[in-house]
Amino acid sequence: MVSTPENKNYKVIGTRPIRHDGYDKVTGRAQYGADIKLPGMLIGAVARSPYAHAKIKSIDTSEAEKMDGVFAVMTAKDLPRLGDIVRGNSEESGSERHLSENVMAFEKVLYKGHVVAGVAAKDQNTAFEAVKKIKVDYEVLKPVINVDQAMAKDASILHEDYLGDHLGKKVKNTNIAAHVRHESGNIDDGFEKADLVIEKEVDMQTVHQGYLEPHTGTAVWDEEDRVKIWTSTQGSFAVRDSVSKVLDLDVSRIKVTPMEIGGGFGGKIPIYLEPISAVLSKKTRRPVKTVMSRTDVFDASGPGPGGKVKVKIGIDSEGKILAAYADIRLEAGAYPEAFIEAAAKCVFSCYDVPSMKIDAYDVVVNKPSSAPYRAPASPQVAFATETVVDEICNIKGYDPIDFRLKNVAEKGTRTALGPKYRTIGLKECLEAAKDSDHWKSDLDSNPKSGKKRGRGIASGYWFNIGFKSSVNLSLNPDGKVALTEGSTDIGGSRASIAMQAAEVLGIPAEDVRPSVVDTDSIGITDVTGGSRTTYATGYAAYNAAHKLIEQIIEKSALKWDISKDQIEYSDGVVKSKTDSELKMTLKEIADDPPGGPIVSSASVDLEEAGGGFAVHIADLEIDEETGKTDVVNYTAIQDVGKAIHPSYVEGQMQGGAAQGIGWALNEEYFMSDDGIMLNSSYLDYRMPTSLDLPMINTIMIEVPSEEHPYGVRGVGEPPIVPPVPAIGNAINDALGLRLLNTPMKPSRITEALKRKK
Amino acid sequence: MAENKVKKVTVNTTINGQEMDILIDPYVSLLETLREVVGITGTKEGCNDGNCGACTVNLDGRIVDSCLVLGVEAEGKNIETVEGMASPDGLHPLQQAFLEEAALQCGICTPGFLVSAKALLDNEPDPSEERIRHWLAGNLCRCTGYDKIVKAVTKASKESK
Repeated sequence: MVSTPENKNYKVIGTRPIRHDGYDKVTGRAQYGADIKLPGMLIGAVARSPYAHAKIKSIDTSEAEKMDGVFAVMTAKDLPRLGDIVRGNSEESGSERHLSENVMAFEKVLYKGHVVAGVAAKDQNTAFEAVKKIKVDYEVLKPVINVDQAMAKDASILHEDYLGDHLGKKVKNTNIAAHVRHESGNIDDGFEKADLVIEKEVDMQTVHQGYLEPHTGTAVWDEEDRVKIWTSTQGSFAVRDSVSKVLDLDVSRIKVTPMEIGGGFGGKIPIYLEPISAVLSKKTRRPVKTVMSRTDVFDASGPGPGGKVKVKIGIDSEGKILAAYADIRLEAGAYPEAFIEAAAKCVFSCYDVPSMKIDAYDVVVNKPSSAPYRAPASPQVAFATETVVDEICNIKGYDPIDFRLKNVAEKGTRTALGPKYRTIGLKECLEAAKDSDHWKSDLDSNPKSGKKRGRGIASGYWFNIGFKSSVNLSLNPDGKVALTEGSTDIGGSRASIAMQAAEVLGIPAEDVRPSVVDTDSIGITDVTGGSRTTYATGYAAYNAAHKLIEQIIEKSALKWDISKDQIEYSDGVVKSKTDSELKMTLKEIADDPPGGPIVSSASVDLEEAGGGFAVHIADLEIDEETGKTDVVNYTAIQDVGKAIHPSYVEGQMQGGAAQGIGWALNEEYFMSDDGIMLNSSYLDYRMPTSLDLPMINTIMIEVPSEEHPYGVRGVGEPPIVPPVPAIGNAINDALGLRLLNTPMKPSRITEALKRKK
Repeated sequence: MAENKVKKVTVNTTINGQEMDILIDPYVSLLETLREVVGITGTKEGCNDGNCGACTVNLDGRIVDSCLVLGVEAEGKNIETVEGMASPDGLHPLQQAFLEEAALQCGICTPGFLVSAKALLDNEPDPSEERIRHWLAGNLCRCTGYDKIVKAVTKASKESK
């Protein structure tokens, strides 16, 4: 769907109203996943594998079943055995069978924390005690915990019955679930003609989305085989689809009510506990609520893939890129899908590259099945590309912004997968970076003794998905509008969607009241993810608001008994074009409209929103003795299309930067050789605190997207892409050290400094 | 099988100004007591091991992670949670500032931040940015990057003067 951005002075868009759901959230009234309490509710708990890779020989649940206060026990035998049908919902794909096996292991456990059984008991304590009494006999197998181990010739195989797709060839007994290749031009020619060729390989540890709210799942399975689910999710319809597959029930038998969601970043797209609570409810006919612990969240949900990415770039003597090659190996975790197509799309996305070749491998390892994490796979590939670009600039003495501008991707540039870019704003971001106070400021090159400062810059991209969204509007008798939508609100999207309807209607944002409703109460709406919500659901709201105006005009025509053509609507007032006496406010027309209340609904299924680009500048101060790195100045520049609610756009840019800074400097799954995560708590998985970060400056560039009437692009994902390479480049600037592993933690810095001496 | 029968205990405590007797198992945390027994769920569980601050409450003027305090320790104490911040007349200046400054995205950490920040402003009406960052370092937020939270606390400190 393509339209020309509306060019006018907005009344609502670009303002900063208080978000509609804000009052509930600052008073503690908002109900998140764990806050639900239903009459007669039981508490569920699950038994998890202590091993990263093992065959399940037998499970004995008899002792648990005999316990006082235990109402039901289940294993995978209580789930239907599914075939290997490929499924696909927005950012996630894979097979139905794998979806089910990830909920509860059938024959094999593939990661530490893999669920093997569930119980429902009168309270949490009893449920935990019962879990301890479940005896599982395992045959422990050798795990593979990184891409090198998994791709080795004699590697232990996770899925003996799975056929990998290697460039179209079906391959058995492999941990490489897929190998894809994208080629354009002749890279051999390009590299041969090149004046300079630089190649680097980066190695990244697994990271976690780190949302504060652990996963939950509450369910009632009633006597009519209807399943009601309450959960914290990025997509109530995605939960409905997934649960319907795992339980082999028609989607219409399942109703998902989304609770408020305490963070997700992609990690709350998959299902985990919902089908387990449902089966336990079927066995007891009582509501069952199951909640993860923080350790469960680390061990068995998310994470974002680690892996290795090699990038080679060749330039001519004028500093123009001639050829680029990438070899991308990402950890899918226990089940396939490490977002390698996204990786291929993103790896050279910021540049005009005449010839390129990309090999990407989706590799299964004995870690939790990876979930999307904010611009999935883009930060990983950007680390490699932006490091190589920085190295080129260092060697040739190019200004890093000028080099990027010289090779900048813009409208018409061919992308890795073929299509050409529509209007994008990378060039404008780079120019803004060059013009920023931060870039123009002098780096304090003589800080306190023993410390070194450095500055780094990097670019990043996310393509921003479209897909399906639905919105209903209803004009209330007081002239205000009720809006219902299916997009769960993870960070202010109720406001950004309501504001688009309000803009069309010409009424204040506060006069459109948005509600996120259950799957029986709204049309299909894809996940809150891929940076699609303000774009796609906002577009549906825009369309629904226009339809509401048509209704208002139609009903006014009936009321006044004149033709529709003689009526116009603007800013909450409907009037006759010819008779100044004929005039009604929304309240007046809504009071008793002829032929029934004024309602409208609209749905969309959109293409990509036109990519979003970000450029970040990082100043670091590094203690050479301890290796501790402080971020002393940070600026995030981003093409946001059109900022509907600028405060929440800035919030996305700052939050993405903060996550990326954590990824660069601290965060990792620290694994034992046996595949056990040794730092599965917030104490040891060290996410940035308020003390670790400076203020994050934001510069919003508005290059409207061609695909949306207000020019909206997704804004949530690009800001996590540049931080890792920007920080790597700043470390190199400060110390002359090219660190190629994440996290770039103190020990890595001190070790590298020792090696350098 | 004979289970260890643990006798429940009665705890007399004051929560958000309301004195009450509650009957709890002696091993449950204050967090579980508030959420499951008293039935106020504004105090959130993010980690249950004292590292995220989502469960921060004020106990006799001191902020604590309620997951690390036993319910029985509430005996004779004054507990303030996020539910006690607003009055029937309106929001606390911090709550208002959090809304105006867009200092929350998903909002799950917000109750803990508000309770922590209130304890700071109760004692230090005009804290510096550095002081605010230091004080709030026990509260994790994964959405905002803290910028707008720090700004909201600063704004509330100026406005409550």
